[in-house]
Amino acid sequence: MTFLVTAAAAEPGAAPAYAWLLIGLPLLGAAILLLGGRKTDSFGPLLATGLSWASFVLALPLLFAMLGRAPEDRAVEHVLYSWIRAGSFQLDAGILIDPLSMSFVLLITFVGSLIHVYSLGYMKDDPGHVRHEGHTLSAWEESRQPSERRRFFAYLNLFIAAMLLLVLANSYPLLFVGWEGVGLASYLLIGFWNHNPAYATAANKAFIVNRVGDMGVIAAIMAMFAAFGATDFAGVGAAAAEADTGVLVLIGLLLLLGATGKSAQFPLQSWLGDAMAGPTPVSALIHAATMVTAGVYLIVRSAPIFNNAPTAQTAVAVIGAVTLLYGAVVGMAKDDIKKALAASTMSQIGYMMLAAGLGPAGYAYAIFHLLTHGFFKAGMFLGAGSVMHGMKDEVNMRRFGGLSTFMKITWITFGLGWLAILGVPPFSGFWSKDAIIETAFIGEGIRPWLLGGAALVGAGITAFYMSRLFFMTFHGKRRWSERDYHPHESPPTMTVPMMVLAAGSALLGLILAWPFAETKPIVAWLEPVVGYGGSEAEPVLAIPVIIALTLIFVAIGAFVAYRMYIQEDVPTTAPVGSWGTQAARADLYQEEVNRTLFEQPGVALVHGLEHTDRSGVDGTVGGLATWIGDLSSRLRRIQNGFARSYALTMLTGVVLFLGAVWVMQ
Amino acid sequence: MSNVPWLTILGLIPLVGAVVVAFLPSAETAKRAALGVSIVTLLVGIAAASQFEIGSSEQFQLTEQYAWIPQFGVSYALGVDGIALALILLALVLTPVCLLAAWNDLDGEALRHENGSGRRVQTYYALMLVLLTFMIGVFAATDVFLFYVFFEAMLIPVYFLIGSFGGARRRYAAVKFLLFSLLGGLIMLVAVIALYFVGPGGPDGFLVSNLTGVDIDTNTARWLFVGFFIAFAIKAPMWPVHTWLPDAASAARPATAVLLVGVLDKVGTYGMIRFCLQLFPEASQWATPVVLTLAVVSILYGALLAIAQSDMMRLIAFTSISHFGFIILGIFAMTTVGGAGASLYMVNHGFSTAALFLVAAMFIYRNHGRQHIEDFGGWQRVTPALAGVFLVAGLSALSLPGLATFVSEFLVFVGTYQRYPVAALIALPGVVLAAVYVLWMYKRSMTGPRPDLGRLVPDISLREKLVVAPLIAAFLVLGFYPKLALDIINPAVERTLVYVGVEDPAPTQATPGSER
Repeated sequence: MTFLVTAAAAEPGAAPAYAWLLIGLPLLGAAILLLGGRKTDSFGPLLATGLSWASFVLALPLLFAMLGRAPEDRAVEHVLYSWIRAGSFQLDAGILIDPLSMSFVLLITFVGSLIHVYSLGYMKDDPGHVRHEGHTLSAWEESRQPSERRRFFAYLNLFIAAMLLLVLANSYPLLFVGWEGVGLASYLLIGFWNHNPAYATAANKAFIVNRVGDMGVIAAIMAMFAAFGATDFAGVGAAAAEADTGVLVLIGLLLLLGATGKSAQFPLQSWLGDAMAGPTPVSALIHAATMVTAGVYLIVRSAPIFNNAPTAQTAVAVIGAVTLLYGAVVGMAKDDIKKALAASTMSQIGYMMLAAGLGPAGYAYAIFHLLTHGFFKAGMFLGAGSVMHGMKDEVNMRRFGGLSTFMKITWITFGLGWLAILGVPPFSGFWSKDAIIETAFIGEGIRPWLLGGAALVGAGITAFYMSRLFFMTFHGKRRWSERDYHPHESPPTMTVPMMVLAAGSALLGLILAWPFAETKPIVAWLEPVVGYGGSEAEPVLAIPVIIALTLIFVAIGAFVAYRMYIQEDVPTTAPVGSWGTQAARADLYQEEVNRTLFEQPGVALVHGLEHTDRSGVDGTVGGLATWIGDLSSRLRRIQNGFARSYALTMLTGVVLFLGAVWVMQ
Repeated sequence: MSNVPWLTILGLIPLVGAVVVAFLPSAETAKRAALGVSIVTLLVGIAAASQFEIGSSEQFQLTEQYAWIPQFGVSYALGVDGIALALILLALVLTPVCLLAAWNDLDGEALRHENGSGRRVQTYYALMLVLLTFMIGVFAATDVFLFYVFFEAMLIPVYFLIGSFGGARRRYAAVKFLLFSLLGGLIMLVAVIALYFVGPGGPDGFLVSNLTGVDIDTNTARWLFVGFFIAFAIKAPMWPVHTWLPDAASAARPATAVLLVGVLDKVGTYGMIRFCLQLFPEASQWATPVVLTLAVVSILYGALLAIAQSDMMRLIAFTSISHFGFIILGIFAMTTVGGAGASLYMVNHGFSTAALFLVAAMFIYRNHGRQHIEDFGGWQRVTPALAGVFLVAGLSALSLPGLATFVSEFLVFVGTYQRYPVAALIALPGVVLAAVYVLWMYKRSMTGPRPDLGRLVPDISLREKLVVAPLIAAFLVLGFYPKLALDIINPAVERTLVYVGVEDPAPTQATPGSER
């Protein structure tokens, strides 16, 4: 373990230089696969997987070194080079390794690597290239087709690198490089099968809606620099301690706008459902476990700003509460297994966002839930992928049913994820979600009742829609015929990652919230960053009461689902349903709202301007030009006619000039 | 003054080369010779740049000065500061790239064309080299009259490059270009002449250094500012005098369009820094509210109009109108950050637009000259590597972080917000619109099912790889290590702001109760 020695020998406060390889290795992988051409087809996917694991392995000595230091010395920085030097704007590119970024590094590299492995199996059946109806490729063309599989793994590696940059950056601008970098990877992977126009549209939508949020991040950085003269975390943190509340609220709200885009929070949530167009491993990694939680990271990382900006904090909590209910309601009506899971992701990130708006204790629990969610949601997405793998890519749950006997491993691993998200003790979600609900009940006046109430009701709805999903898929009557479908368990490359994630779904919460320890390990671990050590104000309800209420809500939700989807037969075509079901199925009409408010006026504006540009702005001078243009074609035999008149003009100018000089002298 | 007249040598190489190329018997030899000349010029340019001292106390370096028309104060005076040097290097890099990109553009033209002179390839390449000479001259001139001469002389090769080598509407476009430019040029000529009389006069009365810091009557200075500014706004081009650009850029050969939009138009924004700000500081501040408004309108208007376009080349031209708005915004924010961002933007936009135009042209060539977006569709499945390059060029146009354009656009935003937060915030939706026009164009042209073209369409060739490689390398190097360019740009920007007499606003929170 030479790394350990190096790390320990490094001067205090400085991270070892090799930490950059965490980002560099997957980036190298992406470059090799994209530029290497067909030579890398054979080993490319394995290389990408290996490099992703290498990042994880590299993170371990950093982790051990960090654990070896006193809590207050755990944050270390490494400056790589001077990045931007422009007038008064001076910024170095550097990485910050502290318990917060380390938590993310471990999640990203571990879950990310598992999903690389899973993809080795999942993408195996993806043709080396897209087959095209009605067009037979010649042998030459055939040989020219790129390996779609290699491209997939290249993008996955690109994503890992960008995500690591996002969490390891030591300044907002560098974070933003990773922030839009993951957006690019997400765009590329959502549109991975963009020969389907709908998927290409989904990819565009994800990027463009994210850009709306990104305006907030850019504006926040502008405001930071104008106010503090700094954009690195250390500089901003120090200045924020003494800054006016108004400035901090402004910056906080702008950062929140960025977070709503990236994390699919209300009102920028609309892209996530469509993003399910990407291959399922992508949905698991990017659109469930890691990238979409970047908004939560941004808020927690900006704790020094939010701590002194109560209005912005409340806005974060309210957005979180609204989104957790929004996602949960939408999740109840979806029949597409991936879209139901996407709605659930939105809702669960709503929980994290709610927590992130609750101050230091909330930061810790937001990250806690983010970690457990990373495991159980990724696990369930991989499970959904496994189901699709065995069911000819069918995603309509009304066509599933009774699959538990055909895919035992998928059923059990999915089941553990299901128990975790429901918050059944002692599975992971119980510890993390309960902590958030308890914290939401802290406060004065009506606020804790509203926020806590939303979290509580959300838990009940979650139990309903996740049980509905689980039962419709694995239990009840088979709603598929043996003629069309031959459900089968997936190969070990897929099931082993599912099993590992299922183990995390079962145990991670218990380990991180170890009930017999004086302080929860996750709280002690994050304390140097978020400043919360475990002593909290009392909630407005006693903690056992909150736990009991939560479990009752969960039990009711699950029981209703049991009655509706196991005891009763599920129709293979969706019933029309009440207005509520219809609204939820239509994502609460988010598309219609966006179209009416933005798309239609936008299109009208663009066409109006285009017309004006041709006739109005251009008309005056353009008319003249047309006239002379006609003239010029009449004179076209006289070569260089215009050069002559031009020369004449210049000559006139010079003569005028000389004359003027002569007169003046 | 250095002993070697670097800048004169630099300008003469392509001019002499142009004469040789024009008289070469074979088109193939002419192409090779022209490319060789442009590469030699680039190498000499790099040698010249290595003589440039970053910490120098002089505004201009590599200077040369000879009396030209001393009776009227005109000197042949050359020299560069960091901004001019960066733009000359941009021109030097882009010219060989463009010549290589244009390799097959004129194939078979000699027979087909109405003029039928048979020497069209030679003429085209010679004109491109002449243009390079004038571009070097216009950025290197440190005498206002000499600058004017280059400024106007540039029109001649461009007029012929568009008017006799362009596409379908080349005459209309060339005349429109000429009319707009002449109008601006004549207004500027009046201002140039007037400037001489308010200046110190004498045999070198047109030297920029002699005209800087001159005490001009406020009203006169404002009139002169307006005279110069209109010419530069047309050249840049800025809303509402932008309408010549989409016609010129879409009618021109792609390689011409690149030099026109990527380099030549920078004379407008460069002129704003060198002449408007430096010579008329008070008037510049007086005009700032109007200029900022026009810049913000350009940003949003250009982007919205880009979304509306169905012709690829016109779309790219409109993106440039938006990007020039950013450059002008950064210049007139009058902060070191905004100024450095704007200057860097000029360089980055050159590379970025070059990539967009040239890669789009590679597709158009493969599609038998059809340049409407709807004439494509699904081409990612036909030419995957080329589509990938197109996407990278598009991402550069939408200023994706990690690529060079991000750094410059970001600095313009940050620097503008320091003094004019409202302008910066109104311009901000430009980043969303950029994503819309780039990704929507990509979606319509490249995604979707593979079209049945009924023929083999080759993916990117070696020559094309050589065209795009330097551009993409520039995106990445200047994206991750912008210091290379910023180090030479910064001193020039800071000096200009000293001439204007403004200081950066202090952070509002860090030092409570600061003077601003």
